Amino acid sequence: MALSGMRGLSVFISDIRNCQNKELERLRVDKELGNIRTRFKNEKASTPYEKKKYVWKILYIYMLGYDVDFGHMEAVSLISAPKYPEKQVGYIVTSCLLNENHDFLRLAINTVRNDIIGRNETFQCLALTLVGNIGGREFAESLAPDVQKLLISSSCRPLVRKKAALCLLRLYRKNPDVVNVDGWSDRMAQLLDERDFGILTSSMSLLVALLSNNHEAYWSCLPKCVKVLERLARNQDVPQEYTYYGIPSPWLQVKTMRALQYFPTIEDPNTRRSLFEVLQRILMGTDVVKNVNKNNASHAVLFEALALVMHLDAEKEMMSQCVALLGKFIAVREPNIRYLGLENMTRMLMVTDVQDIIKRHQAQIITSLKDPDISIRRRALDLLYGMCDVSNAKDIVEEILQYLSSADFAMREELSLKAAILAEKFAPDLSWYVDVILQLIDKAGDFVSDDIWFRVVQFVTNNEDLQTYAAVKVREYVDKPAIHETMVKLSAYILGEYSHLLARRPGCSPKEIFNIIHEKLPTVSTSTIPILLSTYAKILMHTQPPDPELQNQIWAVFGKYESCIDAEIQQRAVEYHALSRKGAALMDIFAEMPKFPERQSALIRKAEDSEADTAEQSAIKLRAAQQQTSNALVVTDQHPANGTPPVGQLSLVKVPSVSNVDQNTTEQGVTQANGALTIVDPQPPSTPSADLLGDLLGPLAIEGHPSAAVQPEPNLASGLEGGSNAAADALAIAPVEEQSNIVQPIGDIAERFHALCLKDSGVLYEDPYIQIGIKAEWRAQHGRLVLFLGNKNIAPLVSVQALILPPSHLKMELSLVPGTIPPRAQVQCPLEVINLRPSRDVAVLDFSYKFGTHVVNPKLRLPAVLNKFLQPIQVSPEEFFPQWRSLSGPPLKLQEVVRGVRPMPLVEMANLFNGFRLTVCPGLDPNPNNMVASTTFYSENTRAMLCLVRIETDPADRTQLRMTVASGDPALTSELKEFIKEQLVSIPVPSRAPAPVPPPAQPVSPPTATSDPGAILAGLLAERLIFIPPCFTDGMRAGDPKINFLKK
Amino acid sequence: MGIRFILMVNKQGQTRLAQYYEYLTLEERRALEGEIVRKCLARTEQQCSFVEHRNYKIVYRRYASLFFLVGVDNEENELAILEFIHLLVETMDRHFGNVCELDIMFHLEKAHFMLEEMVMNGCIVETSKANILSPIQLMDKAS
Repeated sequence: MALSGMRGLSVFISDIRNCQNKELERLRVDKELGNIRTRFKNEKASTPYEKKKYVWKILYIYMLGYDVDFGHMEAVSLISAPKYPEKQVGYIVTSCLLNENHDFLRLAINTVRNDIIGRNETFQCLALTLVGNIGGREFAESLAPDVQKLLISSSCRPLVRKKAALCLLRLYRKNPDVVNVDGWSDRMAQLLDERDFGILTSSMSLLVALLSNNHEAYWSCLPKCVKVLERLARNQDVPQEYTYYGIPSPWLQVKTMRALQYFPTIEDPNTRRSLFEVLQRILMGTDVVKNVNKNNASHAVLFEALALVMHLDAEKEMMSQCVALLGKFIAVREPNIRYLGLENMTRMLMVTDVQDIIKRHQAQIITSLKDPDISIRRRALDLLYGMCDVSNAKDIVEEILQYLSSADFAMREELSLKAAILAEKFAPDLSWYVDVILQLIDKAGDFVSDDIWFRVVQFVTNNEDLQTYAAVKVREYVDKPAIHETMVKLSAYILGEYSHLLARRPGCSPKEIFNIIHEKLPTVSTSTIPILLSTYAKILMHTQPPDPELQNQIWAVFGKYESCIDAEIQQRAVEYHALSRKGAALMDIFAEMPKFPERQSALIRKAEDSEADTAEQSAIKLRAAQQQTSNALVVTDQHPANGTPPVGQLSLVKVPSVSNVDQNTTEQGVTQANGALTIVDPQPPSTPSADLLGDLLGPLAIEGHPSAAVQPEPNLASGLEGGSNAAADALAIAPVEEQSNIVQPIGDIAERFHALCLKDSGVLYEDPYIQIGIKAEWRAQHGRLVLFLGNKNIAPLVSVQALILPPSHLKMELSLVPGTIPPRAQVQCPLEVINLRPSRDVAVLDFSYKFGTHVVNPKLRLPAVLNKFLQPIQVSPEEFFPQWRSLSGPPLKLQEVVRGVRPMPLVEMANLFNGFRLTVCPGLDPNPNNMVASTTFYSENTRAMLCLVRIETDPADRTQLRMTVASGDPALTSELKEFIKEQLVSIPVPSRAPAPVPPPAQPVSPPTATSDPGAILAGLLAERLIFIPPCFTDGMRAGDPKINFLKK
Repeated sequence: MGIRFILMVNKQGQTRLAQYYEYLTLEERRALEGEIVRKCLARTEQQCSFVEHRNYKIVYRRYASLFFLVGVDNEENELAILEFIHLLVETMDRHFGNVCELDIMFHLEKAHFMLEEMVMNGCIVETSKANILSPIQLMDKAS
């Protein structure tokens, strides 16, 4: 076997290969790393050849999964090697080991640029590839023009230009501004005229990226794409090297058709005709052949053509051809084709009119649900889920249930969730829905989330005619010897509420019900016991006339748990025990649960979240988006409190779908899980919490759910208080008041703003309907804020608008804010900020939305304030004093005596300064009453600029002080001075005690340019510090007339 | 962005080549490779060549002892990627002659050079074997 040119590397690789186990491998790797480290330390000893060898070893070790924390520098340094072999290794290994944010990469930027603009085309290729693979923003800004030049240059060879195309694609992704749309669209179109397939292939990828952002600008490319496709389909002028098993570059064909899918329609009839001819030829002319590679390649093209036809929603004649083809594919034996057939059929569900045709294949699809291959089963499940509607729900759900018992673990959760959702969405009648869920729990209890059984409780509670049925059903299940804990929970709950409806049936007397449930108690976990206790209390209440024996039995249980270590159980036991001795009062307190208000299914929400998680085929989402509404099942009566509601027969009500939101909201599951948006209730009663779990398991669960606050029922809490209704009244009144007013913000907006000036994440605004959170990152003059718009309700917020009113010194760009925020969803809107110059002006977010009839329009200050563009910096005396001295006098150095300062000890002031990213430099000013601070300010105008601040306080009067601010920019000095002043005189205090606000901008300090005390001070400082440091302040104080003025 | 990573793993689960087109930390890579290898290596010849994993779709193909695994996003045509793997193998074969796992293992750098000519930034850049191999041939001649 031929060894590579590097013997040491080969030896090492074969050593590794011979290692018997992972431990030996680790030892060998450690030894090698030690060796390389020593070699690298001894820089002179290693020749370029050796360096090259070691760098490859490092890459090899890294590939094996070992952390290599050195050698990056050596890899990068090889890039500047003069010879090709070393340079090549440098480039390739660097792009494997480093990422775009690595500091070392910056070191190479000049070499890379020189290679790109140089004459050596092999070097050009290497450099373009590196930038194309790992180039970051910095590269984008400095290299884009050169790369563009190469790409369109006619004197450049194709091997350079094809790399330039993909390099530009990378730079464009890093910073879209590097491609000037107006100028580039024509050039892009010209590129598509190229004969060379390398250039065409890579340019097509570039085009796809450009189109995905803005197809409008590239209309001129459309006919060119069709031309390319025609050329390939007719096999005209296709070099042999680009023909793969007789098929003209299948990859270019596929990419071209992908690009065409970014155009919404094709208007020009000629172009359209040409394209459809090609597509027709592909659809008709693709046969199954023996050669696997040829077959795959031709089917790759065919599937792409199918996708394009579906997208263009062509003449129906071609569409039916597509469905026919897909129908054929999902029945073939070849697993790849079957997989893709199922996948594309799911995509096809987006096209209206074809659903009935797809339904004809239902039996075949169900067969695939039982395929031995999980990939295929997944696709089949997705397709079944997508094609399910009222007409076939029963069949499909039953198939899924049947399959559930034999399904492998990895799929059970998904299966049960999907079955539950379909059952809920398309239930022909409610008893069927209950049956399905009970079967689900029975067969796959571990995979049935709480949300699912909560939903059953909700339906049963809201539908009186369902209650007896459900009670009978669960009674049957509890007879089974071993039932899942979720089943225990659900049946205990339902029997507690409704078992009295069965009282006359055999085996359903209160005592029997109690016994059968109580049997389960030793087997359940602590989270279930509270539910059982509630059930016992309810049973007790329903046993009329009281049965002393049962009573004693239950009281004994309560008694036992009164000393339970679990607080929830203990509290219930104590309360139920006390309450159940109250006799007749019991009837009211333990009355049946009132109906639940209409709410969106937590399940459907969860399904959407999980879709976002797994980035599953988005067809379902897309379809839902097209339809705008989903047929989610909801119970119509919305006002459970108003007397006896009509018997809630289940009706299909169109509710706004949550699915019609873009990527932003699909991420909500993740962020919510992270707790970025904390949804806080209190909420007004019109918008009860959708958090079923809280409702059902809350400590006071038995007396009612949240909306019970407006119910005329006595409150459990009051019962415990010995009949006093005060507590209950207070509870009931508070939310009602809230409701009667117009929407009031929760919390103080100004305080929230001030808090956010000091920190980078928090709540900017909140009212009963929405919460606006903010999260910011600041880097030099750039800021990236994300606004989190969280709808707290179960109804969508509409007419959402967000306008940024930026002050002139800030460049702000807010990404698109969707007009509607779906129920319980959170939308993230990034906001880019660039600070152009120093200013204290504040940006305002003009936000508005509509909820019901309310239009709410808060105007909110955004915490993109001056101090966010500061970077703390610690300066040494050696740096400070020369700087302080050189900034002599106005306008670069300004001084002012500030009065009306909120008195605070110096330490507190220092904390405040540090909070604003002004670094207090202790020890610079020996006078303990003074303070010196430094910071760097960033803006486009000033770039990084050092700012120095000195505060002199008077221990006798803390309400005034003298402040000197210096920087290299007059505007900055003045703005920073005013900014600090504002902070000192009006510090937001939680109690909102009116701070003594002095009349602003009072000319307290008359311009004293002639004898700037700061300059005098600086002179003194510099001298004295060197010679007699202790006199630092004394001298200054004595010599400064201003101090006297201040003391007056 | 298309191709997210290309892995070559032998049937014992040892990585022979790993090329990523998006940045993952070493821990993320280790975890990802472990999961994918476990999933794909357990599959039989009769099953399809696509495996869904996290946000990726893995398109894979087995050649003797070596698995070629390509992670793609939703923007790729699965069969085209499957044949791209074959093109890669054919290209290696043209260079090494009867390419085997050891060739890739001991000529890691050449495998990387070839890949670098074929894929860039997650996109296919060249599909002509002659063009892919010409820089390597130039270098071989030079040395």
